[in-house]
This record gives sequence, C-alpha cells and structure tokens, in this order.
Amino acid sequence: MSSENLDIAYVAKLARIALTDDEVARFGAQLGDLLGHVATLADLDLESIPATAQVVESRNVVREDLERASLDRETVLSGAPQRQGAFVRVPRIIGQA
Amino acid sequence: MNGRERSARELIDATLARIENVEPQVGAYLSVLEREARERADALDKRIAAGERFPLAGVPLAVKDNLVLEGTVTTCGSRMLERWVAPYTASAVQSMLSAGAIPVGKANMDEFAMGSSCENSALGVTRNPYDLERVPGGSSGGSAASVAAHEATIALGSDTGGSIREPAAFCNLVGFKPTYGRISRYGLIAFASSLDQIGPLTRTVEDAALAYDAMAGFDPMDSTSVDRAVEPTAGALREDLRGVRIGVVKQFDTHKLGADIDDVYDRALHDLEALGAEIVEVELPTADYGLATYYLIAPAECSSNLARFDGVRYGLRVDGADVAEMNERSRAAGFGPEVKRRILIGTYALSSGYYDAYYVRAQKARTLVARDFAKAFESCDLIAAPAASSPAFRFKSKSDPYSMYLMDYYTIPMSLAGLPALSVPCGWVTPEDGKRPMPLGLQLTAPLFAERPLLAAAHAYERATTHAAKHPTQIAEVAR
Repeated sequence: MSSENLDIAYVAKLARIALTDDEVARFGAQLGDLLGHVATLADLDLESIPATAQVVESRNVVREDLERASLDRETVLSGAPQRQGAFVRVPRIIGQA
Repeated sequence: MNGRERSARELIDATLARIENVEPQVGAYLSVLEREARERADALDKRIAAGERFPLAGVPLAVKDNLVLEGTVTTCGSRMLERWVAPYTASAVQSMLSAGAIPVGKANMDEFAMGSSCENSALGVTRNPYDLERVPGGSSGGSAASVAAHEATIALGSDTGGSIREPAAFCNLVGFKPTYGRISRYGLIAFASSLDQIGPLTRTVEDAALAYDAMAGFDPMDSTSVDRAVEPTAGALREDLRGVRIGVVKQFDTHKLGADIDDVYDRALHDLEALGAEIVEVELPTADYGLATYYLIAPAECSSNLARFDGVRYGLRVDGADVAEMNERSRAAGFGPEVKRRILIGTYALSSGYYDAYYVRAQKARTLVARDFAKAFESCDLIAAPAASSPAFRFKSKSDPYSMYLMDYYTIPMSLAGLPALSVPCGWVTPEDGKRPMPLGLQLTAPLFAERPLLAAAHAYERATTHAAKHPTQIAEVAR
C-alpha cells in the first residue's frame, strides 16, 4: 500500500480527466497523503473475512421482460450538448477524417 | 392544512416571501420554484376543497439538487450539470408530492454530494443561519440552511457518510438517514451506490417521521430497494425512554472534543437517563478504521458512477479532436477539485494490480464494522454518539482535504453498516473563534430496519429538552 506507486498522470488517463501540471503535483501530494491514512487498514486481520458489497444482501434483481413507456426522446435529446436529428453527435470514433 | 385553517397558496406565498427576504444572506437555494410552487399550491387547494386529504398538505419542501424533479434544472452543485433539466422525478420526491408537499426550491450542496461544509458547491455559497460566517455543513448544506432559516418546513437531503446528519447538527435540526434500502434511490444522482440514502431534515422529530412514512417502501425502480413492510413511525413516538438501553461507545470518548462539548454530551446522557433510559458502555473496536474504509469505498464507487459524465449525452461538453479528448476536457472543466480527487483515488483503488489491496480490503473491513455494531446491539437498543466532532466551523478553515474528511468520523461507521441514524439538537457551545452560540447534535443509531424505535426515542429526548426551539437571530436582525 505504498503511495510511491501513485502515478497520478496515469490514473487521470484511466479516469479520462485532463489535469494541469499543477493539478498533477497538488493532487499527487494530497492523494499520497490520503493513501498514507488508509494504510492503517493493513493492521486488520482480514484473512477469513468476507467482503460486504452492500448491506442488505439483495441478489440479482430483474423485472419481467415486458415493454413499457420510457422517457420521451425529444425531452432526453434536448439535454444533449450536440444533436443531429434523432442522434447525439460526437467526434468521429472510427476511421480517419 | 387539511382543516382549511390556511390555504396551501397562503402558506407557499408566505414561504416565498421569506425566501426572497433572506436568501441574499443565506443562499440555501440554487433555484427557487416560484411559479411551479404557486401552481401546485392552487391545484392542491382545489383538491382539498373537493374533499381529498393529504398527510403533508401544503408543506413547503426544499429538495437537494441531486434529486431529479421533472422540469427543474438539477445541477448536483456542479458545472457539469449547470444547465441540465431533469426529464423525470425521483421516486422519493414523487412520494412527497403525492403526500401534498410542495417543492419551493432546489437546495445547494457540495458538488456531487462530496463534502462536509457545502463549500465544494461550484454554483453558490450557503451560510449557516445561526452564524452567517460559518458553514451550514454538507453535503446537504442548502437543505439544512433552508429549514433553519424558515425557507422550507421540510428538506430532502442525501447521506452517504454523514451528509444529512452533520448539516442537521450544524443547523440545529433533526436529520434522519434511514436504513439503506428503505427509501428508493431512483432519481437520486448517484455518488456511492452502496452508501447513498435519501432522508429528511426537519425542525422536529415528528416532521421527520411524517416525511419518512411518506417516502419509505419498496420501489421496483431501485434494485437495492428493500422489499420489506414499513412500520409507520409518526404514530408511535414516545414521551419517555423506560426500558430503553442506550449504548455509549467507548471509542467515541467525548473528552477528546474539549470541555465545553464534552459537557453538552454529558448532559445529553443525563437527560436520556432522566427519561428512564439505561446507559451502557459498548465497544466498536473497528471505529477508527471507518474513515480509511469509507475513503476507499466511496471514491471507488463514485469513480464508477461519475464515469457517465463524459460530455456525450448530457451536461457540459468541451470539444476535442477525438472522443477521448472530448471526455478529458469536458470532465476537467465540469468537475471541481474535490470531485476530481475522489475520482482519481477511486480509479486507483479499482485499477488492475491494486483492486485487491485497496477496494476488496476495504469491503472486508466494512464487514468488521457491521459486525461490531451487531455485537454492540446485543447489549443495547440504541447507540448514542456525537453527530460531529465540532460545531459549524468558519468558511475556509479546513483547507487540507483530510481535515475535512475527519468531520465524518462519527457518522461514517453507521453508513458503512447501513444502519438507520439521526441527529437531534442537544445543546450549544460558543466556539473559540466566534461570538454566537452554535448548536451540537446528538446522533442516535438503531439496528437495521429499527426506524420506529429510533424515531420514538428521539422524540422523547426532543420533548424533554428545548434546544430545537432556539431560532436564528442574525438573519432577522439584518433583514429588519
């Protein structure tokens, strides 16, 4: 649990957040500090302890596969940053421009 | 209300006038729903005149801005959603509407519910009505301030690690977080899915009970909603605590908080005993690991939940040469520093090579916390603890992120275990760096699904004390 392994620039890439150099330095220090605090979990003997994902122990919850009303498309698309007809428009994903 | 002493419209008009009067000082709301509130009030008055009855008829309601209400701008206190209009209404909000409550505004909050002071809001500043130079607490800061300043009668907040209980304590209110799964999370914009819960902030325990009764229950739209009968709480409130065993946690020694604060909690325990309660000592041996556990689990879950804010379908978009760059720039511009920190640490804790060492380990520690509580509840019915380690602090006084995280020390363990817990006003201290007395909150926690005895006991304590009756004076002075 070493904070020396915390490569903020790499993690930011995974998290798809563009950081400034200043943020890389600042967050690196602050999160390194936090990792130092959470290192106390190493004290605990957790060998035979099951993980708790959530406390009320629901199992896979499914519903009947029946068609029912959904959100109005116009309403939903009106919240999109860029749209084109019935589509949300984004930068090219496949192939070269 | 149902007895037609006043119309809903009169009540809403009075509330909106109060909002207009004090908002420049308090800043509880990001948006005020003037037209909608008046329309709803008129519609409600018609239905009451036609003979319908509603348990919360005309009650002015503040709604934390991470709860969707159809047609309202719902921001989560973030630039990412600064202009986003919700296309549907949260189940819990709908329940309140069906009970007759009338939303008057969307309440300010720490961005995406991450924070303990409301200072992390990217869209506004909310001040504590009891001392305008202090924070209202967070993340449900606007919710707390609105009720404390009489800008709403009931506020809905959300609590992940203490975000209802701590601001309630800071603003002399009752703040109630039910058992995980009791109130549907459908329509609550998610922060940490295994921890988030919606709950009311109110002036009285009875109001909290009424709100809970309106909202609790199974909802098929939330796959973590518990399908279990809800025992109504509002009719079961007690006036005494005879036969109730109240556990005081050895690890939560309030001497550490200073003499003034210790005195207040000491007196609270005496008041509980005077009502007939038996005070017993219990232990939560893993209490000190709560913060570490939470600050791995919550950020991990938030990194997953906030991945949807990618500039594509909704919210802020900043263009880029390709999709990845668009994602990166949109998220850089849309999220504030605390949100970024938590996404980063969460991503790290879940990343390949570290997942077992961090996230899984924290989930196992969580099991120990839950087991500690289960063991403690073998010898008591309720656990009493502070709601926070201090009264409301001054703005900008906690610049180091970890010092802010420490504000959640007393509330996090209950969240990890999914237990129902509330804060109720228990006294006053004048902080060293201030002149005005500030409120403290007594946190009561019950076993899973024991909302009824929890609220019943809190009511008894409230009725035997007068702390809640003290109203803010600073705003009235300035508004004159």
